[in-house]
Amino acid sequence: MTTRRQLIAAIPLLALVRPAAATPAEMASAIAAYTGNAPLAPGGISIDIAQLIDNGNAVPITIRVESPMTEQDHVTDIAIFNEKNPLPDVVRFKLTAHSGKAEVATRIRLATSQKLTAIARTSDGKWRQRTVDVIVTLAACVEGEEM
Amino acid sequence: MARALIHMPASAKAGDIIEIRALIAHPMETGFRPGSDGKPAPRDIIRRFTCEYAGKQVITAELHPAMSANPYLAFFVRATATGKLTFTWQGDNGFAQAEERELKVTS
Amino acid sequence: MKRLATLLAASCVAATVAQAAAQMPTAPIFAWPFGTNTLQPDDARKPGSDYMSPATQAMQRDDTQNPAMLWVANGEAQWSAATGAANKSCASCHGEAKASMRGAAAKFPRFSQAAGRVITLSEQINQCRKDKLKAATLKPESEDLLAMEAYVGMQSRAYPMSPSPDEQTRQSAARGQKLFTTRIGQLNLSCAQCHDDNAGKKLAGALIPQGHANAYPIYRLEWQGVGSLQRRLRNCMSGVRAEVPPYGAPDLVDLEAYLALRAKGMSLETPGVRP
Repeated sequence: MTTRRQLIAAIPLLALVRPAAATPAEMASAIAAYTGNAPLAPGGISIDIAQLIDNGNAVPITIRVESPMTEQDHVTDIAIFNEKNPLPDVVRFKLTAHSGKAEVATRIRLATSQKLTAIARTSDGKWRQRTVDVIVTLAACVEGEEM
Repeated sequence: MARALIHMPASAKAGDIIEIRALIAHPMETGFRPGSDGKPAPRDIIRRFTCEYAGKQVITAELHPAMSANPYLAFFVRATATGKLTFTWQGDNGFAQAEERELKVTS
Repeated sequence: MKRLATLLAASCVAATVAQAAAQMPTAPIFAWPFGTNTLQPDDARKPGSDYMSPATQAMQRDDTQNPAMLWVANGEAQWSAATGAANKSCASCHGEAKASMRGAAAKFPRFSQAAGRVITLSEQINQCRKDKLKAATLKPESEDLLAMEAYVGMQSRAYPMSPSPDEQTRQSAARGQKLFTTRIGQLNLSCAQCHDDNAGKKLAGALIPQGHANAYPIYRLEWQGVGSLQRRLRNCMSGVRAEVPPYGAPDLVDLEAYLALRAKGMSLETPGVRP
């Protein structure tokens, strides 16, 4: 009994021992889980992001999805996935017709140069996707601890 | 109470699509960053953001550790009638904050 | 070791051709021009913001996007909050900061009669707190002190850097210039070697700016928060593996005085955003 308890207690610790980075396969399976393996159309969605990023800690990004945003025809979901951060998810938005425009902007963390994928779902149940490749530069002189 | 800044017009015409920018102070500790003792500092992030307008949900966001510190979210809302917009943030360690703004809508 | 490997990887990757998508959109809502300065047309000096990507420039230029505005909001609240044994606020003596603080930050460091030495803006803020508000001083590099620096500094945005001509400050700047050109640390580098001789070139994939201190305190993306000029200087010293003096050390004040003189006439950009 004690051994089993110790084993169960160890599971959260094991979960903490993550790989240093996710993989393209992990991003693909995260997207598949999110979309229920639905086909992803390539058009009607764009990603605005700098070509060369000054610092991966705060990367501005804007996702735009073409849609009339009416009650009958609007974007319901927008999500961003990455392939080389520790986790494949970045953010998941849920929109409504009240949004008026299917456009969201935020700032994200990118651990290294990698591909990013934006996924959108419309009210008719169809999905769209767009992928970009970004290059991230890091600070040259690193601060020591206890600065 | 974390410092929060909301930028949006004070008034709009009915049917206008207005942009709202919400910024809140929060370290968004990922749970992967090693602390000074070498062990990862525990995750402490904002997990959820919502915006309601006249009692109806406009947009929600589920945030993950890959969102930058001091999270910034910009989105749009269609102005319909004069009313209150409520913004909420919820996160780890019981983090919860709400802000309200009034939007005057003229026809 | 891991960091070194990452730096090497970054410099290799930075040499690769980019394939990414379009530029950031322009025309933010609440933009302000980077400001008039008093530079001659043939002046070769460029602020750090010139070396930033358009997206980072937009983050600084647009008050609705600039993360440092969270600190400014804190400073604005502190400005009017009565505190200390005298139960006064900054506003009690200085009124509206927008008027009374215009140009103030651009004139520091300067000699203070009360302190008997050259002091920085943050030291002046603490001096006021101690002497006039009878309140506790704020810890160096604390969130509240940085917030006050950011708020007061922002009132001098677009104002030309105007170092004090008083004798003590000039001497401090002279000492600072000597420090700026002295090699330090295990890497045996001086500030001048990077920021005078190699500005515009790359160090491990990151662009070296000229190092003008015209935007402090800054929201540094690397810090994910706001920090002072002294933090940045200590950061550089740590970077060349030199001994790092404590906050408020005379060497750091002297360097601040020299950097203010070096950036004379350049437009103040506080609160800046830097990579």
